[in-house]
Amino acid sequence: MNFIEARKLVHEYIRRDEEGNVEGIDTALDGVDLDIKQGEFIAVLGHNGSGKSTLAKHLNVLLQSSGGTLWVDGKDTTDEANVWDIRKNAGMVFQNPDNQIIASVVEEDVAFGPENIGIPTDEIWKRVENSLKSVGMIQYREHSPNKLSGGQKQRVAIAGVMAMEPKCIVLDEPTAMLDPNGRKEVLDAVEKLNKEKGVTVILITHYMEEVIRADRVYVMDKGKVVMQGTPRSIFSQVDILKSYRLDVPQITLLAHELRKSGMDIPEGILTRQELVDALCRLY
Amino acid sequence: MSIILDKVNYVYSEKTAYEVHALKDINLKIEDGEFIGIIGHTGSGKSTLIQHLNGLVKATSGGIYYNGRDIYDEDFNMKELRGKVGLVFQYPEHQLFETTIFADVCFGPLNQGLSKKEAELQAFTALRSVGLPEEYWYQSPFELSGGQKRRVAIAGVLAMKPEVLVLDEPTAGLDPQGRDEILDQVAKMHKELGMTIILVSHSMEDVAKYVDRLIVMNHGSVMFDGTPKEVFHHYQELEAVGLAAPQVTYLMHELRKKGIPVDGEATTIEEAKASILKCFQNRENRS
Amino acid sequence: MIRDITIGQYYPADSVIHKLDPRVKLFGVVIYVISLFTFRGIWGFLLVTLALAAMIKISKVPFRFMVKGLKAIVIILIITAMFNLFLTPGETLVTIWKIKITKEGLKSAVFMAIRLIYLILGTSTLTLTTTPNQLTDGMEKAFRPLNHIHVPVHEVAMMISIALRFIPILVEETDKIMKAQIARGADFESGNLIKKAKAMVPLLVPLFISAFRRANDLALAMEARCYNGGAGRTKMKPLKYQKADHISYLVILGYLVIVILMRVLL
Repeated sequence: MNFIEARKLVHEYIRRDEEGNVEGIDTALDGVDLDIKQGEFIAVLGHNGSGKSTLAKHLNVLLQSSGGTLWVDGKDTTDEANVWDIRKNAGMVFQNPDNQIIASVVEEDVAFGPENIGIPTDEIWKRVENSLKSVGMIQYREHSPNKLSGGQKQRVAIAGVMAMEPKCIVLDEPTAMLDPNGRKEVLDAVEKLNKEKGVTVILITHYMEEVIRADRVYVMDKGKVVMQGTPRSIFSQVDILKSYRLDVPQITLLAHELRKSGMDIPEGILTRQELVDALCRLY
Repeated sequence: MSIILDKVNYVYSEKTAYEVHALKDINLKIEDGEFIGIIGHTGSGKSTLIQHLNGLVKATSGGIYYNGRDIYDEDFNMKELRGKVGLVFQYPEHQLFETTIFADVCFGPLNQGLSKKEAELQAFTALRSVGLPEEYWYQSPFELSGGQKRRVAIAGVLAMKPEVLVLDEPTAGLDPQGRDEILDQVAKMHKELGMTIILVSHSMEDVAKYVDRLIVMNHGSVMFDGTPKEVFHHYQELEAVGLAAPQVTYLMHELRKKGIPVDGEATTIEEAKASILKCFQNRENRS
Repeated sequence: MIRDITIGQYYPADSVIHKLDPRVKLFGVVIYVISLFTFRGIWGFLLVTLALAAMIKISKVPFRFMVKGLKAIVIILIITAMFNLFLTPGETLVTIWKIKITKEGLKSAVFMAIRLIYLILGTSTLTLTTTPNQLTDGMEKAFRPLNHIHVPVHEVAMMISIALRFIPILVEETDKIMKAQIARGADFESGNLIKKAKAMVPLLVPLFISAFRRANDLALAMEARCYNGGAGRTKMKPLKYQKADHISYLVILGYLVIVILMRVLL
């Protein structure tokens, strides 16, 4: 079985007026199928309001579906008894770095998760140290999170999740509030966890440059998965992506434009080097 | 009409262990009708700089002149200046507070002492110019999507009829289309209303596409000031301080290194495309 | 101005006081506060001053940093002093129009002001040398017996620790929203009291909305990290008394004895 398996997952928000009568139903997830293997790096793309955040919250059972099934690590998310197990194994990092750091000292914050699941004191110290090292934040262990940059705060949040030693980490737009340097710091840390520790990564984002690093991409629109495949196959469909309010990286777009003008350049160019090579071959 | 900054310094937490010299000897002249981009990484002083332009932060030393008048003069009307230099903060939707969008946009002009009717008229024009459909105007601003909320907040500043519009990272957190919509709207206002625009951004690609003049801030000083092309010419120096030129600029330089004589100055996709096509065409013609 | 509030901030330094068990510090502060409100006369004043000076010296927190925290209470200080100054009956010193300043009033105003200042400085020595988490850990453990009478000690402690963590964030946010509204021509300074109160609406509404959003986010983040109340939790830094803690208890008790003796004898 896959690490994460969703079949026809549906989530509906019911809007009620002041008297509690149903005003309307918003379908945030509309029959989503997912198959994610242990150790994969998955990106979920979608514009704001496409349902990608709602999907993320299901993976951690912060939300319960209105229909369909979702299995995480072989466990049914609808079974109440599995909730804590799943949360332990599918950690989550949120968008706003300030709103997910609980403690006023970096190391104490990283310890929060392990404390909650009853890890013995000695082991907590080891885990805190290891996870702060793995995101490159060990030298800040005694600092206050308030004085850190956005990228550093997010790395602390990632360390906080890693200290629970999950098999999977879900990042819900972790870079949306960061500057380019902060974005790179966070992405590098995530990629390292995936490559070196084999942690399954599910990165939810609307920054196209970040998607290139993923093994596979799901594109969401109006609560549905509308495209899936490797970054290359996704980015070779520039016009379709645009119709979903998305974009492609600048280099991909340029390659696409050149191709449209009649140059013999392959679709789905992702990096600068690829485009340079393609042009040199033609020249 | 212009804004002149003369040797502006700003130091906060002066004479304590936390002293930070946020701005160092800034000399700038901002002319009427310019479209300026300000770039720099977090902590480079760009947010502090723009807060000086409407007097929200007072310089520790140096002078600022709006249309030739010293804004630190005792009889200078600071409130009027804030109407003239409209400042849109980061995540401006977090400042909304009224029960309806329209009332919120009226807040600024009413503070300027306009009559209710005049204020409403200006709110009307402002909401129009940010392109928010009229059916939303009397709804609560809190029911809108993130991008729409931001438009309302921008309209709230526009309604004061500023001569200069300063936007601090207006696209932060928006999705690609939301980003393009806001920037296109801003560019349109610059073009149609002749407004001076100062755009603080993190995205080299965005500033390359929109602005005429680019100011690069680093450690509280102006590092570069020129057209995007001139500035991105120094892409190696930019990199040394943790910034970068647009991706296409790198591409063009690499192509030149490989012996393809494209235009190394191209900073936007359109320019790069034109230059590459021309280059290949010339070669075909010759062979 | 808002940034000057130092209450609830932690000042990292390597001092004996920083290393003490928070329970000891809590106990010490309680005793100190009691002594503040019971001392009489110049000798009592000297004693509390000496105790405060010693605490600040040992804590290695710069005195200037502490004094900054006083700016926030200047208004309360002035009002309290005024009340004491004008409303205490006794031997008249000066009469200005209908207001009489008495000798007793002057004395009690001075002492009241000193008490308030010392109170803030004393309690901020606690918060400046103790991380909010340690503080709440200490409270949680010290008040644990209350669990038997169904007081949710852990929950209250967690709430306080989160509140302390978010104070600086909300202060910064207030500053930001205030600036944004000033940029839109809002005026928070001039006008009478009613006008001023009304001017706060554009500040308070966004602040509340933001606080609720943050609370909501934080609740989700805590849940995602398996937070499920106090049951079954372990601690990274469990509280354990060291030698220094026992000695400090003795010192505090000694101080208490002196305070009582002075009160009885002088």
